[in-house]
Amino acid sequence: MAKMTLEELRKLRDTKKGEIQKRDIAGKDSQIIVGMGTCGIAAGAKVVLDAFLQELDAHKVENVSVTQTGCMGLCYVEPTVEVLTPGMPPVIYGKVDAAVAKAIVEDHIMRNKMVSDHVFDRPSADILKDGGK
Amino acid sequence: MAFRNYILVCGGTACESSKANAIYEAFISELKAQGVSDEVQVVKTGCFGFCEQGPIVKILPEDSFYVQVNPEDVKELVAEHIVKGREVKRLLYVKEGSRKHAKVEDIEFYQKQFRIVLRNCGFIDPENIDEYIAREGYAALEKVLFEMSAEDVINELKTAGLRGRGGAGFPTWMKWNFTRQAESDQKYIVVNADEGDPGAYMDRSTLEGDPHSVLEAMAIAGRTVGANQGYIYIRAEYPLAIKRLEIAMAQAREYGLLGKDILGSGFDFDIEIRLGAGAFVCGEETALLASIEGKRGMPVPRPPFPAVKGLWGKPTVINNVETWANIPVIILKGGDWFSQIGTADSHGTKVFALTGKIRNSGLVEVPMGTTLREIIYDIGGGIANDKEFKAVQTGGPSGGVITKDFLDTPIDFGSLTKLGSMMGSGGMIIMDEDDCIVDVAKFYLNFSVDESCGKCAPCRIGGRSLANLLEKITKGNGELADLDQMIEIGNAMKKASLCALGQTAPNPILSTLHYFRDEYLAHVVDKKCPAGKCKSLISYHILPDKCIGCTACARKCPVAAIAGERREVHVIDQAACIKCGVCYETCKFGAIEVR
Repeated sequence: MAKMTLEELRKLRDTKKGEIQKRDIAGKDSQIIVGMGTCGIAAGAKVVLDAFLQELDAHKVENVSVTQTGCMGLCYVEPTVEVLTPGMPPVIYGKVDAAVAKAIVEDHIMRNKMVSDHVFDRPSADILKDGGK
Repeated sequence: MAFRNYILVCGGTACESSKANAIYEAFISELKAQGVSDEVQVVKTGCFGFCEQGPIVKILPEDSFYVQVNPEDVKELVAEHIVKGREVKRLLYVKEGSRKHAKVEDIEFYQKQFRIVLRNCGFIDPENIDEYIAREGYAALEKVLFEMSAEDVINELKTAGLRGRGGAGFPTWMKWNFTRQAESDQKYIVVNADEGDPGAYMDRSTLEGDPHSVLEAMAIAGRTVGANQGYIYIRAEYPLAIKRLEIAMAQAREYGLLGKDILGSGFDFDIEIRLGAGAFVCGEETALLASIEGKRGMPVPRPPFPAVKGLWGKPTVINNVETWANIPVIILKGGDWFSQIGTADSHGTKVFALTGKIRNSGLVEVPMGTTLREIIYDIGGGIANDKEFKAVQTGGPSGGVITKDFLDTPIDFGSLTKLGSMMGSGGMIIMDEDDCIVDVAKFYLNFSVDESCGKCAPCRIGGRSLANLLEKITKGNGELADLDQMIEIGNAMKKASLCALGQTAPNPILSTLHYFRDEYLAHVVDKKCPAGKCKSLISYHILPDKCIGCTACARKCPVAAIAGERREVHVIDQAACIKCGVCYETCKFGAIEVR
């Protein structure tokens, strides 16, 4: 790049800020966790994961971290995705594909509205945290 | 392309020396091999500070903190963590005494830290200017070029109360203001990166992890005081920091953030690097400037101060690396914000390099006013091998020791000076019960004696005399009068030496004599070294009731000074013994005693 003007520097900062913020986990209050056990991957979890990243990017949603986990035990409805966002009950979605991922971002994350057709369960309680009770 | 995972590999010198480069390369090729290279970004960052556990690899967004990673582990990390989303438990950091795998936020090492100077270290790729820009980089320069007057900048620094982090703690705004007010056709900006204290490496890590923060600060100072040329004086022993600085300067020039007419403001500023040849005295500002001019690195009396008459006789702002790294943050967040961190007379944070007998050696940044106990026990994890804490040495060869009784003192410029030590550049060396305090004082004094430039008599002759007296004491020939003489010489050096090197060289002796006089007396009167370090004062003996006659010590003794038959008690021939201590380490039955 040649020498920059003030405007160009500011523009560059804005675009790069978006990119690097995805790396920063501070201030992210919502989580999308994609089940990527063998069953999930075989059923297309990788496509779903990429779709989530693209949708979040397209809508400039920055408070969500996308992580992956192992099999959630709902192998009959893979790919499964757990979504945790403030003000909404924790939900596990099943039979997710790229289109459902788009709906989850647009409805569940952005409008606090469940994607009803794909709700299969709620996440199991953390027995370690609750002392096994 | 949006990335789903970020692999941050530490690229500081400490981790590079333990194969971080190979780990980085291995990640690149392994991600490709497993077909996920376009979904994962690998970033080589600056130092994470947790050097004890290096090489460190952090994987985001899971925030998994992998320690002591080997290049051979990379394949498993990619296959398990990246592809399957399962953390590799055996490589995660496990907190001492707990079986839990800790997240970064749970690691006590990081909990009490507050990072201003190291804000980008371990997060951005220091060789990529875009990542610095994304973290508000060069926004402070923008503000200074287009929104603030020189007076505004000085006032902001004054409100912030930033004091020089190189050791003396002189208010930064005053230095800048002197240079700003000086009339001259040419002024200079200089970065002192001649970090020389034993055990100190915070400046190196800052330059390696976030070089642009220093470049930006220099341009800000240039604009404020009216200088358009800067120099970074860095020791040649820091090849990685030099390389990253050069890359950073080239990128900044390409973007027009250095050079002519920066961002169309009409302000010109450029920077050159000058390499030091490793003389400790060149960290002293007047000697440093002489060295840049191509002269021999020797101090000259002050005043005149460099702020008025510095490089080539022109007004020069010279600050330490850590001071510079604070500047952009102060400009962006404001002096008020900065002044609320820390204590009444010392604002902001301080970076310390924790070394010595400490469990988590590494780089820590804490608000001023944090106690030594918090740094040593909470962050540092306490003394290695469960030994007893004896003292902490701060301020390098210019500082002194602080004992157990003062562990709860909040650290700032004033409190350390009151204790007879000093802030210094931030080296913190922890000593345990096995360290002999006289030996420690000897080490620091000999360092200063070796590094004395020899120009002024108090330092040249006084230092040598002190070294001779200490040598005499550790050899077992000390007399009580020697202790008083050391104090007398030390005080004379403090008053009469030309520069800080000579003025502070006696500090390690004066401070240890103050706090550990008993230990000196043990050497002088009882001719004993309680810690068992001073060879002339100790002897090894075999305890007859514990020796089972295994012959292990006799076989290991390099001078065959141990005699004895199998299954019979062995004896050391004191005349032949060279006191190497091999027998002591070899004996499994605790049968060898140091007296």
